[in-house]
Amino acid sequence: MKTNKLKMITIAITIALVSINCNDNDNNDGDMDMMGMMDFSGTFVQQDQMARPAINTVFIASGQPKDDFNAAIPSAMGSKYQSIFQSRLMALNPAYDKNALGQSASAFTGLLATDVLNVSTTKKTTFFDGTNVLTGRALADDVIDVELLLIFGGSAGTLNPQLTSDHVNANDVAFGTSFPYLATAW
Amino acid sequence: MKKSKLVLGLSLLAISGLVLIAADHIDAPSVTGNAADITDMFTFQGQDTNNLVFAVNTQGLLSPNKTAEAVFNENVMIEVNIDNTGDNVEDLVIQAIKRGDKMYFFGPYKPSMTGKSSSIDVSKASGDVAISTYKMTPVTATKNGMKFFAGPRDDPFFFDLGQFQKILGGTATGFNNPGVDTFAGTNVLAVVVEVPKAMLGGSGTLNVWAETKRKQ
Repeated sequence: MKTNKLKMITIAITIALVSINCNDNDNNDGDMDMMGMMDFSGTFVQQDQMARPAINTVFIASGQPKDDFNAAIPSAMGSKYQSIFQSRLMALNPAYDKNALGQSASAFTGLLATDVLNVSTTKKTTFFDGTNVLTGRALADDVIDVELLLIFGGSAGTLNPQLTSDHVNANDVAFGTSFPYLATAW
Repeated sequence: MKKSKLVLGLSLLAISGLVLIAADHIDAPSVTGNAADITDMFTFQGQDTNNLVFAVNTQGLLSPNKTAEAVFNENVMIEVNIDNTGDNVEDLVIQAIKRGDKMYFFGPYKPSMTGKSSSIDVSKASGDVAISTYKMTPVTATKNGMKFFAGPRDDPFFFDLGQFQKILGGTATGFNNPGVDTFAGTNVLAVVVEVPKAMLGGSGTLNVWAETKRKQ
């Protein structure tokens, strides 16, 4: 008896769910009506943070320091991380004086330590294209070469030529020109 | 002289335990290999240059075999943070979170609190999209002038990470030409949202960053 009752309830619920699901087929708008039935409550706490490419990986030591950086918020990063970044920069390139942007070690690491992506809403968006500097990050930007050049290339970008490009200059597949832009998965 | 000094510096760095792993792929113990691990963030003008596109990639280095089984987590919110006043504090957020087989989007809106903790204001829902299935045509949705996508994509990042690690390890003194793209043939789980610039405020420049936040 009890089992049958349970079955009936299950069937009833299933039918109800199926009926609701039919609304799904309407179009994109239909789904919003279902949102009231979903639970989006609760407090969500930061696990990872990222803006400029490879910053955590290049400038922060392995293990707990990486977790700590991922859990930090940009407005608190500058004061906490600038000197750490500068030590790393000088370890990577003990001869560092200025980079191609004319930045001293403290100016360069002061910029990088606050991990945000600077984005222009009026110009072309690119990490660096020879003219525009840090106005966004486009999919095809060779961001690693830009960072290698700034770390190793000196003020004219000509020092340590064996270290200023990895000679991988493009993605392995072409990007789309329309949404969602990223290429089909392998 | 300079060169040997540089190599010495790199070797010391490698010994000190700084192992470089690219863009932000597999970067830290507590997020590596799970849905909260952000591999990359991109922000660029859309095909319609009145729009900005935000792409946040997670769970890097997915082989084709692993991609079909990779999933977003219903307890992990992906949040784009936008500072339009220059103080590196978010003035607007765009939040994405999975429920069932869909990704739901909220904002851009001004969050009730800033910093390490977030909540979702369901009244700020902006759209949703079915999460695309591996090897199927990508599903996109458009609403309120915004476009939405969530699902597997090719990892757009490219870098000869292997050679860089050799340089750091002292077994190589420079890159090869041509280099080898360590990320060729690998996938990520991507969330892409396109937003009219007019919704983002500011006076020409924004500071943006991505976060993952886990429900407590």
